[in-house]
Amino acid sequence: MKSAAKRAGLCIVTMLIVSFLAYAAFALISGDPAQTLLGTDATPERLEQMRHQLGLDQPFMVRYLKWLLGFFTGDLGISYSYRQTVWSLIAPKIEVTLCMALISFVVIVAISIPAGILAAQRSNGKSGLLSTGLIQLGMAVPPFFTGILVSWGCGIVMKWFTPGDFPGLHSAKAATALRHLFFAAVCIAIPRIAMTVRMLRSTVIGEMNRSYVRTAISRGNDRRGVFLRHVLKNSLVPTVTFLAQTMAEIVGGSIVVEQVFGIPGIGRLLVASISNRDYPVVQALVVIMAFWVVLAGTAADLINQRIDPRLRLGGGE
Amino acid sequence: MLEIRDLHVQFHNRDREAVAGISLTIRDGEILGLVGESGSGKTVTAMSIAGLLPRKQCDYQGDILLDGDDLLHAQRALLRQMHGKKIGVVFQDPMSAMDPLMKVGEQVAEVLRIHTDMDAAQRRAEAVRAMALVELQDPESLYDKYPHELSGGMQQRAMIASAIVIRPSLLLLDEPTTALDVTIQAQILELLKKLNREEHISMLFISHNLNVVRKLCARVAVMQRGLIVEEGETEKIFRHPQHPYTKHLIEAIPTRESARRVKGERRAKKAAEATAAAKAAQGAAPSASAASAETREEGGIR
Repeated sequence: MKSAAKRAGLCIVTMLIVSFLAYAAFALISGDPAQTLLGTDATPERLEQMRHQLGLDQPFMVRYLKWLLGFFTGDLGISYSYRQTVWSLIAPKIEVTLCMALISFVVIVAISIPAGILAAQRSNGKSGLLSTGLIQLGMAVPPFFTGILVSWGCGIVMKWFTPGDFPGLHSAKAATALRHLFFAAVCIAIPRIAMTVRMLRSTVIGEMNRSYVRTAISRGNDRRGVFLRHVLKNSLVPTVTFLAQTMAEIVGGSIVVEQVFGIPGIGRLLVASISNRDYPVVQALVVIMAFWVVLAGTAADLINQRIDPRLRLGGGE
Repeated sequence: MLEIRDLHVQFHNRDREAVAGISLTIRDGEILGLVGESGSGKTVTAMSIAGLLPRKQCDYQGDILLDGDDLLHAQRALLRQMHGKKIGVVFQDPMSAMDPLMKVGEQVAEVLRIHTDMDAAQRRAEAVRAMALVELQDPESLYDKYPHELSGGMQQRAMIASAIVIRPSLLLLDEPTTALDVTIQAQILELLKKLNREEHISMLFISHNLNVVRKLCARVAVMQRGLIVEEGETEKIFRHPQHPYTKHLIEAIPTRESARRVKGERRAKKAAEATAAAKAAQGAAPSASAASAETREEGGIR
């Protein structure tokens, strides 16, 4: 498992680089946070005092390392616009978004894997046309549009949830909150389901045409045996990679859907913080989202190394 | 034991019949060679025997009988009983013919898993026995290796092991040595001879390489454009080929003399080119340089 350790190490290095770039970029553009906090009519003495309080009079590297350490201690500074610590601001929102992302992911996997396999088995004739049509439709409709439709149809007409009124995960109405998240998650999932089905269909069809399938048939395997013993496992590696990408993109996709459904997740916070120039919050969110992407990629690589022995040697022979 | 009677195969997307009415018999315990250039229909013939024809994409007629059982028109379920159990197939490129994610030993044992009710330990023992039979070193540890950890020759041995592990009566070999280098090729041929002799497995050996066929097969059939143009004892055909196509094939085998002739021609051509280039470089200068004189002289030697 040397290669797994190597991959994990690479992941940590990537994360360090990402965090440094994010911090440096915002340090370059942010102007004077003390001025932002105190307003334009603050006295020079108050400004100086505030800068000291925020640690801005320290060298850049010291500030960066302190901030980086903050991801472990929960001290990521103070939000300019909300006047509370960044961590206490984002922690509950991360919880909400993560919850929605996981629901969405489960929906995607549960629907697209069987559907993709089925679409591969029936890729000819009318059913092939039907699946191609559905895939095109699913990919073409943007989540904010399905979001509006679902809010109206399931929310206002059917009254399964109240759009815009999200009760919170820890309130008495946690079940209502989850239902609210579920509808949003489905809207995020639809285009990704279509993409996953398409990817899986072409992967399985491609694998079915490989030589080892002919060998398997020549040994007396039936369709089921060929598929379960050989094709399925060989189709798994590209699928895992694709799903990891999906996992990363769900969080990006949540930004729009959170707006539509009025869900207080990190997407909404990010949009609000950018327009408020609330750099400590933006910084933390950018890094957390980048970590999420890197983490998903690393997880996919580790899983794939378990599936495919050729990947265990760290590329090549 | 295997009898092909008037086999026709026509793919829907082709004008010409891939196999245009051939009849062929493989006798018990013999190795029959089937030679011909690519596109002559030899692989399609083998696929018809193995039941690997894409039935929906072609028309086929005739009879293929293995010990009296029809193979060409049999139902899929019945064919699956024959596959692996009575007919083993070895393909051209072992690397792509093996499932890259399945352990070598499990691939060898897969036929047993499908056709017998042996438990895992028995299957393993049988697979290891077959791997030893094809002279793979240390079969016990090879069992748990993956195909990419084996050399091409070892992979092909493993494929042969997987085809014979259940002791089929017929082994179809579709260019099994083409992807291998010459020394490995010779070893595999020796192995096939041994298996034929000691395990009494009949074989159909398909190749475009006449030399290989001559080493291995007592009888040979020559195919061209979907037809068998000549059939008989290998040595007889090599000495007195009747059909012009067979003659042509035999003439195409490189011998020492032909190799020398080709080499000489190549050298002469090269020298002529060098002379022409030298002349062009010198332009109108009348005196030829020493170098071009030398090459001209060399070109004269055959």
